[in-house]
Amino acid sequence: MRTSQQRGEGAVKNPYLPYPVRIDQVIVETDDRNIKSFRLVFLSREDEEAFQYTPGQFAELSIAGKGEIPIGIASSPTERGHLLFTVNKAGVVTTALHNMNEGELMGVRGPLGRGFPLDAFQGKNVVIIGGGFAFTTLRSTVQYMLDHRDRFGEITVIYGARRPGLLLYKETLEEWASRDDIDTHYTVDVEAEGWSGRVGFVPAVTEEVAPNPNNAYAIVCGPPIMIKFTMPVLTKLGFTPGQIIMSLENRMKCGIGICGKCNTGPKYVCKDGPVFTLEELNRIPAEY
Amino acid sequence: MSARRVGREALKGFITGLMEDGRTVWGPQEFQGSVRFRPLKKNGTPVLDVPNATLSPKEVVFPPSEWMFLFSTDPGREDAFVLKEVPQEGPEQVILGIRPCDARAFQILDRVFLEQGAHEDPYYRSKRDRTLLIGLGCNTPCSTCFCHWTGGGPFHTEGLDVLMTDLGDVYLLEPVTERGRALLDALQLDEAGADEVERGKHIAEEARASMGEAKDPRRIKEKDLMALFGSPFWERAHEACVKCGVCTYLCPTCSCFDIQDEVRGACGFRGRNWDTCMFALTTLHASGHNPRPTGKERFRQRFMHKLKYFQDDFGDVMCVGCGRCVQYCPANIDIREIIEALSA
Repeated sequence: MRTSQQRGEGAVKNPYLPYPVRIDQVIVETDDRNIKSFRLVFLSREDEEAFQYTPGQFAELSIAGKGEIPIGIASSPTERGHLLFTVNKAGVVTTALHNMNEGELMGVRGPLGRGFPLDAFQGKNVVIIGGGFAFTTLRSTVQYMLDHRDRFGEITVIYGARRPGLLLYKETLEEWASRDDIDTHYTVDVEAEGWSGRVGFVPAVTEEVAPNPNNAYAIVCGPPIMIKFTMPVLTKLGFTPGQIIMSLENRMKCGIGICGKCNTGPKYVCKDGPVFTLEELNRIPAEY
Repeated sequence: MSARRVGREALKGFITGLMEDGRTVWGPQEFQGSVRFRPLKKNGTPVLDVPNATLSPKEVVFPPSEWMFLFSTDPGREDAFVLKEVPQEGPEQVILGIRPCDARAFQILDRVFLEQGAHEDPYYRSKRDRTLLIGLGCNTPCSTCFCHWTGGGPFHTEGLDVLMTDLGDVYLLEPVTERGRALLDALQLDEAGADEVERGKHIAEEARASMGEAKDPRRIKEKDLMALFGSPFWERAHEACVKCGVCTYLCPTCSCFDIQDEVRGACGFRGRNWDTCMFALTTLHASGHNPRPTGKERFRQRFMHKLKYFQDDFGDVMCVGCGRCVQYCPANIDIREIIEALSA
């Protein structure tokens, strides 16, 4: 057994203790009002400095008396001064969070997990395929790549939702669409009033847009049904399992690989993931 | 240094000696119809003549429930809803009479709480660092014991600071670690005679010989993970299991926990509780999706984690052969049979 002394560290911060943050802004993202984004600001400058994250990582949002909930970080590390989390109202903690107002205090514990392999993306073309509200850490990734544009090859974004009112980050999406250094394809399932973009499912759009697999990576995040039908399309286009990157969700508590809840084969989604290549996932049971 | 001896009648004095300097001494005691490790009172005696305690002393370093943070819910207070760490300092503690299997389990818990995670677990660390293990070898292993399958044995010293052997009239005490040696030195106990050390060796050999042939679960490490996971074996194997979770509750190596908040009046708490992979709620997503939806997947998870996943990660099975799950399972599920089936 190692002892604390051998680790050569001074007072180690309790990894279960959240940083105190203030809700700076609440944004209702969807027309069903079930998804809100929370812009959080650290109370202490020191905490903000300590919270160094990469796109794809997540954090535990903490509301004392209710509990914690693991949520992907939707802001990019290049967007200084705040963190952005987009939360679907589903359980006890997320419901409590949805009832909170600007100015209120809460906690953030993280950053947790392994983010997207941005080093591997250097000089490569990256295709980002997202569906529904699983676009949170994809927003972070795209924004990060745009803020370091010269490091990456072509960037293609394919993002779909059932209807226009369910697309997240509309202003950001428009801004990306107006740029000439990124290729965006936003789609909805069926025709809708006021919608001039694409109509069709994400897998079909992916096939039509047909990103080239050479020197490329594809990130796929979305509902299981979208993933199920997008995978064969990517395979047909020539993407190998090592070029396809996904982000998993599992019920989690500790977020640091100890409590055992998110155990999937010999991996822990919280610490070994949540980002995995399809090649890695093919080697472990699909218990997620 | 040679071994020490404590006459059976002098055990009380020995324990009083251990309690000096404010040490807490945990020992097996009758507790609500079972035998559990509890802090001994002054002049209290541990129940050392039972085969093994109903629960391992895992709870000394990983309590079934423990508060991690406290907070006030009084909105008038400036620190309302601000989490404060529950202080972790405490006296040095000794676990007296821990069996060698349960001591090896502490080494497995060390891996989970101190090595497996992205960070060390501070709650476990603080309790573990101030805990000494004085183990009691098993003169007569039970029919459900299979420590020798998992790399242990009835007198194995791995994880112990001191090994105690019951010689009948006398307890033989042999130091294993430097900490154990220092503890025995400070207590100024009589030195054991060479014949007593010899008797201890003989008892240990007899105990080991009484246990029969060992099967080796390490063969499971060589098996293909996905093939084991997808094996048709699981289709039938889980059927008798009622998913009561008693196996995980009694297991000295099971370490899954849940974290929950609780509010009582103006006091708020965040704490953790033992959890179990046998319950559907453990993995249920907020969406309603459950990655382990039926008993089959949950049953498989318990055994795959212990025998395969943990072995792939750390080289050892997450089982010390204490036999509690075998002894107390209401459906007579026997992990030894699972080990044999998976090694086949």
